[in-house]
Order: sequence, then structure tokens, then C-alpha cells
Amino acid sequence: MGVQIEVHGLAKSFGRQNIWQDVSLTVPAGELSVLLGPSGTGKSVFLKCLVGLLRPERGRIMVNGVDLCRCTESERYELRKLFGVLFQDGALFGSMTVYDNIAFPLREHTRKTEAEIRRLVNDKMELVGLVGAERKLPGELSGGMRKRAGLARALVLDPEIILCDEPDSGLDPVRTAYLSQLLVDLNAQVDVTILIVTHNISVARTVPDNLGMLYRRRLVGFGPREILLTSEEPVVAQFLGGHRHGPIGMSEETDAAEGTWPSTVPEIVPQLTPSPGLPARQAIQRRQERVRVMLPTLSPAAREHVLANWGVPR
Amino acid sequence: MTAVGQMFALGLEVLRQLLRRPFQYRELLGQFWFVASVSILPSMLVSIPFGAVIGLELGSLTAQIGAESFDGAASVLAIIQQASPIVTTLIIAGAGGSAICADLGSRTIREEIDAMEVLGVSPVHRLVVPRVLAATSVAVLLNGMVSVVGVAGGYFFNVIMQGGTPGAYVASFAALAQLPDLWVSELKAMIFGFLAGVVASYRGLHPRGGPKGVGDAVNQSVVITFLLLFLVNAVITAVYLRIVPPKGM
Repeated sequence: MGVQIEVHGLAKSFGRQNIWQDVSLTVPAGELSVLLGPSGTGKSVFLKCLVGLLRPERGRIMVNGVDLCRCTESERYELRKLFGVLFQDGALFGSMTVYDNIAFPLREHTRKTEAEIRRLVNDKMELVGLVGAERKLPGELSGGMRKRAGLARALVLDPEIILCDEPDSGLDPVRTAYLSQLLVDLNAQVDVTILIVTHNISVARTVPDNLGMLYRRRLVGFGPREILLTSEEPVVAQFLGGHRHGPIGMSEETDAAEGTWPSTVPEIVPQLTPSPGLPARQAIQRRQERVRVMLPTLSPAAREHVLANWGVPR
Repeated sequence: MTAVGQMFALGLEVLRQLLRRPFQYRELLGQFWFVASVSILPSMLVSIPFGAVIGLELGSLTAQIGAESFDGAASVLAIIQQASPIVTTLIIAGAGGSAICADLGSRTIREEIDAMEVLGVSPVHRLVVPRVLAATSVAVLLNGMVSVVGVAGGYFFNVIMQGGTPGAYVASFAALAQLPDLWVSELKAMIFGFLAGVVASYRGLHPRGGPKGVGDAVNQSVVITFLLLFLVNAVITAVYLRIVPPKGM
């Protein structure tokens, strides 16, 4: 099973500009989580903090009992082996072929023979649908292929945690749907923790077990998907609805904090299920147990949805 | 000011990672070949006029005081001790360093460096060390060649153009110059090459925002290296002249 990430009171600034502060959340082990946020709210910065590429000023990030913000360099390199990160543009090494890119982590960190590497790499390439592109250079690939190659490289060491930075950017809705399905299938197969950072509403509504949102330098909320999906908070409702009526403006400067807007809560869409033939997701069981404990603290709308969906005795 | 500190830290980090296994032979060989191939011809071409100018200036001066026979002595000293390491590194920083900086810079903005770090591979160990090492060793090797070509250029202009005496020119080689001059010349080339590599890598790893930032970084890396070069050269020369007294005549 995957590994849990605990974040306490995290704050990050660049110079005088505060990106966000007081971000606390727990990404549950082995579950799918999505962090939403309008453009420019520091979602990618958050992801980079999680893997230790950036150092937050305050707060703790606990992974496997180690604080990523305060550990030694060797501990950090050790911890990073748990992570598989899909960068926005795939971040493939431009001087290597797709095959060598995907084989790179294996060659660096394992003593496998070339034959074993070939088998593993071919497996992953098949998984993301890149068969036949082995000898191509990243510059010769389309954006979607680069992204899938980046995913294959992130998966090749069998990470415990997969972080995806906007897996949908630059992809059409159909390809995005395939990628979403791929992530759900992965979770069903290997029970890995997945955190996706995105501003794509359809991903946010169909993929995750847990949903959170960053807005105006704060975390609006993070918890089981029902909480945010039924939220009447104007920011959340506007964002999930994807319209102009609400506090979110054209740019970060015009984003408002207060005000009244007619709240239109979009209805909850059913979550994606693994492709036929794959085992059921173990995360579902764990999440149900977790949410059952939280049930009394949920809003009435969220509670109703949970009960209606699960058939939990009232 | 922080940039100076970080650059210094990168230099130390490179020295530390130099000893770490596995050593990146393939990357080093590729970089070595690249830096050498872009700098050999330009540095030869630059060293000929350098030798010539020193030869001509000295020639007219020594002719006035009747010391033509010392032409060779002075020009050999000037070329080996001063001109050759500087010319070598100017070319290495200009041709090799700028390419290193642009390469690392574009990798940084494409998030390749981040990706490498996340994959648990140190970019300093994997990319920077071979590049710095390549710049350093090419500088040392090239320095020897530039000295030879520079002295040959000086000889040509002095003997052929100004009608100097070939025998006197060659015979006076050892009048002023001594063996430590050669060592300090190579030491300078080594230090300058190292500096050029570190500065180029540092600027490449920290471009300021976007593709334009990479262009600026390349520009700055060359300028910073040049400035550092003259500063460090002055310091080394001053120290050297204290330790090794000039040869008396």
C-alpha cells in the first residue's frame, strides 16, 4: 500500500510575495486525491515543496516518519525514491530517446541487467500506450506523448506516491479522460497514493477520493470528495461550475474574498471505476471506514450524499 | 552577494562530488571532446597575434636600447606566464562555457534538472562535475599548445618581420624564463578553467525566468568569468612573484 503524506501549517513565499500559508492536509495512503485551484495559486509550488525541490519557510511535511523540510540531503534523496513525479511538460531529458528516458531511473538506482530493464520499460510503455516510439527523441513527440512518456518514467521504479502536475494541460478532453482512467487503474492495481494537482473540473469531479482547493493563499478545504462537491461556498461552487458568477476574477488581483453570489451547486458525478478485468480498488473500503467516522462532522448535503451512495444504515 | 556565496558553494560541492562513485566517464568524454573541439582553433588563431604584438612591441623597445638579443627572453616570459593562460581561458569561457551555460539553462527551464533531482540523481554529480572537469583539463592541455603557438608567432614576427637574429632569439629563451614559470602557467590555466566551468554551470542552473533568462545567463556567465579571470590572475601573479623571485641577469 502507498504511503501517507502529512502536511502541517506549511507556508511559502518568494521574496516578499506570499504564495500560500497555513496549509495543512493529509493525503491518505493508497487513495486518489486532487488539489484544485485557479491558475497562479501556487499548486505547482506546493507539489515542488512535497518533493523537496523548494523549501517552505514554515511547517512540516511528514512522509514515512521523516520531515522533508528538515531532513539531511541524503535522507531527502532516499525519500525521493518513494515518489514518482509527472511534471507539467513531462520533463523528459531532451538528449535521450524515449526508451533511455524511461530506463534512466532503473540504470541509476538498480543493478538490473539490460534484458530486465528492457522488459520493465516495455511493460510501462505498453501501459501508457507508447509502443513504437522507443527510438524517438522527446522533441519529436506530441505534447500528449511526452506526458505519457513522463508518466512511464515516473512509474518505472514502482513508487509509493505518484504526484501529477496538471496531467490534463495541453491534452484534449478525450485524452484527459484516458489519462484519468489510467490513474484510477493504477491505483486499483498497485494501491499507490496519487496526488493530482490540476484546474480541470472534470478530473476533479470524476477521479478523486479526496478533494481540496487552494484559493487566495489559503487552503479552502481538503477532505472526502463529497465535502467540496456539495459545498455551497461561493468559490468552490463557482470553480466547479466553471462560470463567471462568483468571487474568482480574471486575475489573482481581482479575486475577491467576500460577497454574495447565488449559489449553484453542480450535482455530483459518479466516480470513475477501474477498467473491467482489474481488481476492485482497496482504497474504497479504507475510505468508507474513514468517512464513516467523520460522518457526524460533515455538512448535511455531504452526509446525505454519502449515505445515499453507500447504503449505510441511518 | 548571495549569488557569490552560492557560486562558491557550488564550487565546493563540485570538488566534493568529484570523488563520488560512479564517475560519469561517458559524460566527461563527451564534454571534453566538445569543449576541446570548439576551442582549439580559435585559441590558436588568437594566440598568434598575441605573440606577434608582444614581439613587435618589445622589438621596437629593445632596438632603442640596444638589447635586441633579449627579445626572445622577454616574449617567452610574457607569453608563457601571462598571455597563454588568459587566452586559453577566454576562449574556453567564450566558446565552451557559453555552450555549457546555455545547455544547462535550457534544461533547467524545461524542468529537466528538477526531474533529475526527483529521480534521486544529483545534477551536480551527473552534469556539473563532468563539465567543470572537462573545462579544467582542456584548459590545462590547451595552455601548452597556445604557449607553443604564441612563442612561434613571436619568433616569426621578430625574426622574419623585424629582422632579428634567430640564434639570439632562441638562445635567450632561458635568460629570463625559468621552469616555475611553466608550472605557474599550467596552474593558472587549471584554476581559470575550473572557474569558467563553475561560473557557467552556476548561471546555467539559475536562469531568471523563461527562455530570455537563459540568454541573459549565458551573457552574464561569460562576462563574470572574464572579470574573475583578471582579478584572480592579478592575485596569482602577485603571490607567484613573491614566492619565486624573478631570475637575475
